[in-house]
Amino acid sequence: MTARVWAILRKEFQDYRRNKPILITAVLLPLVFAVLSMIASLSVGANASPDSVESIVGSAMVLLLIIPVIIPTAIAAHTVIGEREQGTLEPLLSTPATDREILVGKALSAWLPAVAISWLFFAVYVVGVRLFATDAVFDEVGKAHWFVAQGLVTPALALLAVFVGMIASIRSSDVRVAQQISALALLPALVVLSVISTHAVTPSVSTFIYAFAVLFALSAVTWRIVVRLFDRERLISHVG
Amino acid sequence: MTGSTATDSTSPPAIVTNGLRKAFGDVVAVDGLDLEVARGEVFGFLGPNGAGKTTTVRMLATLLTPSAGTATVAGIPVTRENAVAIRSRISVLPEAAGLYLRLSVEDNLVFFAELYGLGRSDTDHRIAAALDAVDLSARRRHLAGTLSKGQRQRVALARALLADPEVMFLDEPTSGLDPEASRDVRDLIEQLRQRDVTVFLTTHRLDEASRLCDRVAIFAQHLRMVGRPDQLSARLFGCTVEVALRAPLLNPERVFSTVPGITHWSGDDARYDLVVDDANEVVPAVARALVGAGADILRLGEERRSLEDVYLQVVEGEAQ
Repeated sequence: MTARVWAILRKEFQDYRRNKPILITAVLLPLVFAVLSMIASLSVGANASPDSVESIVGSAMVLLLIIPVIIPTAIAAHTVIGEREQGTLEPLLSTPATDREILVGKALSAWLPAVAISWLFFAVYVVGVRLFATDAVFDEVGKAHWFVAQGLVTPALALLAVFVGMIASIRSSDVRVAQQISALALLPALVVLSVISTHAVTPSVSTFIYAFAVLFALSAVTWRIVVRLFDRERLISHVG
Repeated sequence: MTGSTATDSTSPPAIVTNGLRKAFGDVVAVDGLDLEVARGEVFGFLGPNGAGKTTTVRMLATLLTPSAGTATVAGIPVTRENAVAIRSRISVLPEAAGLYLRLSVEDNLVFFAELYGLGRSDTDHRIAAALDAVDLSARRRHLAGTLSKGQRQRVALARALLADPEVMFLDEPTSGLDPEASRDVRDLIEQLRQRDVTVFLTTHRLDEASRLCDRVAIFAQHLRMVGRPDQLSARLFGCTVEVALRAPLLNPERVFSTVPGITHWSGDDARYDLVVDDANEVVPAVARALVGAGADILRLGEERRSLEDVYLQVVEGEAQ
């Protein structure tokens, strides 16, 4: 990582720290999803059938896998249009930072918290289930494929969400519009996720590895679009 | 028209443009700009709103690609490949301060220092110097969002100073500043001149441009005039000597026709305007002639046309 990428990353974190709308979206909404997952899992009685346990844990996992999508829609949507709205885009683009340094710094600033917060809530969820849920629920949560989902699908999902959010941010004229567009664009990914997690397709290690591969490939394509769209001339021509 | 007169002919110019042009679709913002700015020169770039000044600065700062023509900044040709190298040697102060309002003044400056590749120890030293230069050291840890508009502008100026640039593009640097802060900025620009930094100053404050700039260009889509403010005035209005007497001359034609160097005179009552070749030669001779004619002189001297007169004459003349 170059010093400039690191500088952008650190600046973004400093900025988010005092940005209430971002903090609320990045922490409170995931917290709500985590709590809902926990409540669903704790509500399973000792006599629940294996199918019922599997279904409820699957639903809880869907909620947890939505978290890495929610956070980037809030953060990544700010990356370019947020700079433009503050009037900081032109000073930033006037520095020696290259397009890639700016984009990588911005992308990491959305991706790292998305993955970290998602994993944190997953860890809290697993501990909570271990302490307060039935053994059947814990056994279902402890299956390898859910850990593979968290280990691979969560980062890939977050990456795709970050890049879609950045595209929306580059093309939009308003942060809120950017957030709405990036949220809409992620619906197809969420549909696929729901299909897997609700057992329309049986969740397994290989299923989630395939999902990871698809999401990663989509992310690579989306990244190329981000780089292509990040045209200083077009961005600057729309500044004042 | 070309502005090829630079103040320092010994070193290569800081900025050169040849036929620089920028069009946005059918709209031509800058057309055929030929300009040369010497190293260490404070160069005023004047023109009405929408004249293409900001577009010119953005082309020179590698933010916009010229539609045609060439340019060199800090000795480097303005091309996409050279963009990073050029941006490392310049700094741009846009009209809006463009600070991160949720960050402290220090964090804003640290961020930009890192983007310019300054080392940690160098950064601390330069931030202290830059804040000292704009008299904001006491606000170092304040959030930028808590500062007044004038203070934000000064922080932006400190940011522009950080990288020790060879060329600075300043767009309305005293906009929103009170008179005292404006004076401090002017003093700062004087210091930059002494440090051989080239300043490309875009401003609507013509008195400021007149006071600060070695040369000015009057620009509206293309270059109208370029030169020293006094040169432009002389070129546009000629050299005029103003005469004010206690009483009208009985025969002004006889008095003024005896003085060599007066090409034309006009006047009424006890005030006369003399168009002359060289005021320094003519004024003493006029004084002698007036005294010889028994006139009581109230005022006699070269009439100074301001840069504002020049600007309005050029811009309004163009509009008509």
